[in-house]
Amino acid sequence: MAELTSLTIADLRDGFRSGEFSAREIATAFNEAVAAARALNAYTVETPDDALACADAADQARQAGELKPLSGIPLGIKDLFATEGVDTTSGSNILKGFKPPYESTVTRNLRAAGAGMLGKLNMDEFAMGSSNETSAFGPVISPWKRNDGGNAAITPGGSSGGSAAAVAAGLAPGVTGTDTGGSIRQPAAFTGISGIKPTYGRCSRWGVVAFASSLDQAGPMARTVRDCAIMLEAMTGFDPKDSTSLDLPVPQWEAGLSGDLKGKRVGIPKEYRIDGVPDEINALWDRGIEWLRDAGAQPVEISLPHTKYALPTYYIIAPAEASSNLARYDGVRYGIREAGSGGLEGMYAATRAAGFGAEVKRRIMIGTYVLSAGFYDAYFNKAQRVRALIKQDFRAAFQQCDLILTPTAPSAAFGLGEKMSDPLAMYLNDVFAVPASLAGLPAMSVPGGLDAQGLPLGLHLIGNELDELGVLNAGLAIEERAGFTARPEKWW
Amino acid sequence: MPVGTGDANALAMSVDTATVRHIARLARLQMSDAEVAATVPELNNILGWVEQLGEVNTDGVEPLTAVIDQQLRLRDDVVNDGNVREKVLANAPDAQHGFFAVPKVIE
Repeated sequence: MAELTSLTIADLRDGFRSGEFSAREIATAFNEAVAAARALNAYTVETPDDALACADAADQARQAGELKPLSGIPLGIKDLFATEGVDTTSGSNILKGFKPPYESTVTRNLRAAGAGMLGKLNMDEFAMGSSNETSAFGPVISPWKRNDGGNAAITPGGSSGGSAAAVAAGLAPGVTGTDTGGSIRQPAAFTGISGIKPTYGRCSRWGVVAFASSLDQAGPMARTVRDCAIMLEAMTGFDPKDSTSLDLPVPQWEAGLSGDLKGKRVGIPKEYRIDGVPDEINALWDRGIEWLRDAGAQPVEISLPHTKYALPTYYIIAPAEASSNLARYDGVRYGIREAGSGGLEGMYAATRAAGFGAEVKRRIMIGTYVLSAGFYDAYFNKAQRVRALIKQDFRAAFQQCDLILTPTAPSAAFGLGEKMSDPLAMYLNDVFAVPASLAGLPAMSVPGGLDAQGLPLGLHLIGNELDELGVLNAGLAIEERAGFTARPEKWW
Repeated sequence: MPVGTGDANALAMSVDTATVRHIARLARLQMSDAEVAATVPELNNILGWVEQLGEVNTDGVEPLTAVIDQQLRLRDDVVNDGNVREKVLANAPDAQHGFFAVPKVIE
């Protein structure tokens, strides 16, 4: 029997169903892997008892012939999903000790599908970061190392850095992530796994700690495209408690999977050939085009003229929404409190100064500035107008193509500490990921290969609204051809 | 209201220590003089970078408000939760007599 922690969700599910192994054996194997990998700092809370209890329930369900889609599968949960009675801190000191009295809709859906929980996964504070270095729990260390013989600690990406490291290191067969401007796709690319952000509104935001509400979207991260499809089906669905939840039936994404792309046109946006991107990234992109051509698709050059304005647009809109969303952390209802001086307002200001980290404060300040009297129209409304043009670019492009292929990130993973001193350099990491976020489109990263330093690189697929299946199928076509089997060598 | 090229001028501004103090006050973030001084160039860097949006002609473009077209739903106007005071107060740093307690606001 193969080591259980190296199996995919589909293999675990099928092996469990056929009686090859029990759910308890699966949960035990992952619990042990989690406990042995604390050097990675991927989990902020471990919940082995939860995983075991759900496993026992799954073993009983199998005996009773009452299997659910994810029976027997233990998952890791990003620490910004509210989990009833289990610490939910969103990587921030300000939420220290917060135990939600309720369960997020996404995790409730996963539990209803039979999944158990291995623990909560480390992340950039309030999902604001691209390297996991803004977490109050300290950075996650990627299981990957450069092949230069050095021992430099590498970032797993962010903000879903703990999620990505957990899957790459075999500490969970699948995990939840969230993506506001690339936070599922960039860490997936950096760690050699797959991850999909569905269309905005597919996954309920209820019980997900809010960063930028018009952009935030949950999604799965796992080893394979099929595993992403399995998890996505269990996570999505209409939720009356989220005002932007899409009232649509959940498609059968797993059953619909096919790597045959005959008749599909794949758009290659010329604006994504940007200066300063390593040749290896562009070479991988070219290989991706050939793989999709081999799968029957026809590449077509497209134009997304406002691409270069996506990042500055994002860095107005996301901080603006964040400054508004994070106003709730005031030391009154949850989290920490600092008395400060100067009565109630002094308490608010002291609590927020003590509880938020530097990047979160920076974004609150930017957001407050662009929303303040006299600047709202020049910054926020201007950005929302440009966002409309970016959305329009994609609408026009999808008249000419069915899917879009780009690299996921402009580089492989970098070393911890290499970019923290320069916020703008850090923001540029999401240059390829942010436009699809601003347009609310489904998008996925799949592993494409390794760079010369032995670190993973990802390919990025963007689909039209609601066409997650098209994205998954193109991802599958790449997966079938890339032959990406590299795994990090265990050092932890 | 003027949009398009007019915005480029409107964007060409920079913040100083007084502005940073004002914004920090609006954001309810306590900041030392050293933090204010360090924040000035940081904000100016980022604001200088987003100023490139001034190049984009947005004449006649409505600001995007919903990224996926949908109707806002109405729900029935009925009570659908409540009677969970213990749960609501469970995480409060200071809960007293069934309420959130805060520093005195009325002398």
